[in-house]
Amino acid sequence: MSGELHPFDISWLRLMAAAVLVLVALALSLWQRLGLGKGLVVGAIRATVQLVAVGYVLVWLFAADRWYLVLAVLGLMVAVATHTAARRQAKGAAERRTILPIAGLAILAGAGLTLAYVTAVVIHVSPWYNPRYLIPLFGMIVANSMNAAALALERLASEMDAHRAEVEAWLALGATPGQASAEAARRATVAAMIPAVNALAVVGVVSLPGMMTGQILAGADPALAVRYQLVVMFMLTAATGITAAIAVQAYRRTFFTPAAQLKPRAPA
Amino acid sequence: MRSELRPAAAGLAAEAAFRLRGVRQVRDGRTTLDGIDLDLPRGGFTALIGPSGSGKTSLLRLLNRLDDPASGTIEFLGRPIAEYRVRELRRRIGFVFQAPVMFPGTVLANLQAAHGLAKAEVPPVDESGARELLALAGLDPDFVGRQALDLSGGEKQRVALARALTTAPEVLLLDEPTAALDPEVADRLVHTLSELRVSRSLTMVMVTHRLREARIAATYVAMLEAGRVVEAGEAGALLREPQQARTRAFLQAGEGELG
Repeated sequence: MSGELHPFDISWLRLMAAAVLVLVALALSLWQRLGLGKGLVVGAIRATVQLVAVGYVLVWLFAADRWYLVLAVLGLMVAVATHTAARRQAKGAAERRTILPIAGLAILAGAGLTLAYVTAVVIHVSPWYNPRYLIPLFGMIVANSMNAAALALERLASEMDAHRAEVEAWLALGATPGQASAEAARRATVAAMIPAVNALAVVGVVSLPGMMTGQILAGADPALAVRYQLVVMFMLTAATGITAAIAVQAYRRTFFTPAAQLKPRAPA
Repeated sequence: MRSELRPAAAGLAAEAAFRLRGVRQVRDGRTTLDGIDLDLPRGGFTALIGPSGSGKTSLLRLLNRLDDPASGTIEFLGRPIAEYRVRELRRRIGFVFQAPVMFPGTVLANLQAAHGLAKAEVPPVDESGARELLALAGLDPDFVGRQALDLSGGEKQRVALARALTTAPEVLLLDEPTAALDPEVADRLVHTLSELRVSRSLTMVMVTHRLREARIAATYVAMLEAGRVVEAGEAGALLREPQQARTRAFLQAGEGELG
């Protein structure tokens, strides 16, 4: 797939050799009766099929070189991420109607703004829709935004549930819903951002980022790979923060009526 | 059957702080209030009594719009309460919860919370103001610097009472404020409330399951059962000679329980 770079090629035969590594885990599972055999086999096959398919989509996308196709793929990524982030929190149909647009808005804004800034201001991608840059960058951003949205929604719901008495005590003193839920919102936003903050602290010491490693393996100058990795880390931090903040601010309103009343708990 | 449940004409106060008509409430598909007609006298101390699950707390929560009724009308000083701006209504009608909620920080910080929410509408509380409020609520003014979360249940409830007074309310709604307290502590708190009503010209509405407290402080009593008003009237007369058999039964059971 790579044109200008010349890493050692991995033929299909050599890929089969790599698959032997899964057999090691499979043997361990059988020997120790871990019951993971089926999951391992299905997982390995799924991963292969999905990634090969994505590879062909990328080949096709790079060759087609059309801005609207790139935007369509980005849109699809946002849609899948939104669905995944909302799925855990939304139990009923009514909740889904509430949460889906919130998760969608938060992910779209957080990931979209970050991608626009990074490609336009930092990397100067040309043409602006160049799929070789936009698709992988957006993939990383959207995955982080998705996790941030899911964490923020889940944590806010549990904070609002655990602190109903405190929220109502604030309302009874004349607080706005925003004031009454300020502490819950703060905790939910922090919870959603902690993974990004921790990642910044340990990168290069505890973890060697996959993207940087991949670039180096693919033949890139390590100094450039490092700079790219830093751009990625900063960009993921921004995306996480924007997504978490929007998700929390939009979601917390849904816990109150227009008359600043805490809605009753949804029946279990 | 239905007309018997209406409060006697004599039980309707001349000047009502709250006027409820045909109030129904539904929670989780269960009817908690089923056609409440009730006037709560201005400047009075109303005790809402009745067995648990009779709808007392549901009713109380309607009066400062922590909840809205499913149907029916509620007036505060002659105007439908939905016509007031809700935040202003809640500053004028304070609420003391059954389990006091302290905000993290000092007692002083708790007493400054309402000002922090609406700087233009609620006057600031300095330390001497806070000490006065604590004294009014029957707590040692030196508590002003203590950590609110470290206080005992009775102390917290008094801080909650003082905090409710920081918005200079005309009405205090009290939801079983003594439920978690020892009987003696509870009695003293009810005496404090009774004195506050007079010294601050407050209208008090208290949910209680302790008849003793109704006898100490109430000027007016409404007996609820299964979401309806069984009877309502002047406290002395109602507690001495209830007109309804179910009120009599409830009062007798209560006397036996509390000795």
